[in-house]
Amino acid sequence: MQEPKKRPPPANLAGRWALIGLVVVVVAGAFAYVGGWLTPARLTPKRIINALQASGGDHPGFRRNHAKGICVGGYFEASGALAKYSSSPLFAGGRTPVVGRLALPGGNPYAADSSVPIRSFALRFDLADGEQWRTGMNAMPVFPVSTPQAFYDLTVATSPDPATGKPNPDKAKAFFMSHPETGPFLGWIKTAKPAPSYVDETYQSINAFYLRDASGQRHAVRWKVVPETPATGDGGPAASDTDYLDADLTRRLAQGPVRWHLQMILAAPGDPVDDATKAWPDDRQTIDAGVVVIDSTQPQANGPCRDVNYDPTILPRGIEISGDPIIVARSAAYAVSYLRRTGEEGHLPGTAHPKEDQR
Amino acid sequence: MSRVDTFHPFARALHWLMSILILTMLFVGAGMVTSVEAKHEWLLSIHRPLGITIFILALIRLGFRLTHKAPPLPADMPEWQRLAAHGSHWMLYGLMIAMPLIGWGMLSAGNFPVTLWSGFQLPPILPAGPALYAWLREAHRYLAWLFFLTFLAHMGAALMHGLIRRDGVLESMTGGSND
Repeated sequence: MQEPKKRPPPANLAGRWALIGLVVVVVAGAFAYVGGWLTPARLTPKRIINALQASGGDHPGFRRNHAKGICVGGYFEASGALAKYSSSPLFAGGRTPVVGRLALPGGNPYAADSSVPIRSFALRFDLADGEQWRTGMNAMPVFPVSTPQAFYDLTVATSPDPATGKPNPDKAKAFFMSHPETGPFLGWIKTAKPAPSYVDETYQSINAFYLRDASGQRHAVRWKVVPETPATGDGGPAASDTDYLDADLTRRLAQGPVRWHLQMILAAPGDPVDDATKAWPDDRQTIDAGVVVIDSTQPQANGPCRDVNYDPTILPRGIEISGDPIIVARSAAYAVSYLRRTGEEGHLPGTAHPKEDQR
Repeated sequence: MSRVDTFHPFARALHWLMSILILTMLFVGAGMVTSVEAKHEWLLSIHRPLGITIFILALIRLGFRLTHKAPPLPADMPEWQRLAAHGSHWMLYGLMIAMPLIGWGMLSAGNFPVTLWSGFQLPPILPAGPALYAWLREAHRYLAWLFFLTFLAHMGAALMHGLIRRDGVLESMTGGSND
């Protein structure tokens, strides 16, 4: 090669260039297809977050859903009773620190606490071996929809109309009419009332997961955290009070730690594992895995939960995702929300700055 | 096998193996960030161990490249093409090493467990912090684009050498004869 042989130009030069161009275009086209540029109708994580943002408004630095909330800290004390169903060391016994967050669904961080009859509880368990378990639970029995596409359509159908600033009830009605799976959720929410306290609520995983035991056997489960002390029923907040939940939490913690029991509900054969709109019957075998003890709270603006993405697919060994399509969609969408808010927090070029004083 | 105008067989084997892994990686990455279905999760579970595999192979390859002479480019290649060839080769080496480190660092900054497979985590290599996470995540995205475009140029140039110039450059990596 040091002394290149002079070659005649190859035959069919144009055809050779065309072949090279074709190969490059085909590879680039395949990449564009995989990346979704050729299929604008594809439901992407970005479109889900855009829809949530359109619904909740632009609030830089905040989560795009469950934007209003408060950090809590404490630990989980395992009972050991779940150890034969899951190989995770988390359940064997002993204490594991948790970083939690209590919140309201919706993308508006300034929403009144009474604006929605649902509260949520997210937890990150930090296992000694570096594994983590992250779970986001809601105080409701079922999810309104079974699929990511239906969730997206629901979000769009119930978003404020740009013309009126209010959701269009006809659109919501049309959505629910065409989605009969929303029936159990609608039946529940009709009578649901905004709870006066985060502490008295039972929070449910809603999505089903699998536990895997030491012998490799898997068990379909849902879980819930059930408050140890029953509701005190000392009356709700004043009607004019829009931010009573945080104050209530601080008041309750001043009297001592608050405790929830982590209860694992084992599916019976035939129970739906991949459909979060369907509740399981109440008589399913339930195992008390231990106690979640919350003994501190911090504002989310600078608390340890702020920079946590409560992605439900972050699981230790011994817990696995099921075929419920909502779980993976939550993971994919949370990642987009997390990048947007950390980018805003980090003042990346092109991002809106968080309003420091209001968070 | 010891011809001076082809790469060492070990270098060629690594090149073709890594070309498959890296191209797979770029497609896995583009697919996983734009899907919400079950494939999002299994693509993600491929992405991390595959990235670490590429990182280790890239270090081995760089070490081999620095200790073994590469066949010279044809003497009649225009200067700009030589510059583009050398520049893109070092760019590809840089990206092969930087991309896995940025991915690992980004998960560290987000305080995510860097899970290679169930129950096995790599330790964090950077402190947790939202700004650091966001910068690294964006860098991962844009450098992936740069990686893919550099790959396209590299592949196009290799085909140009093989089909148009027919100067033995493509054969120096395929190991075939250009006669």
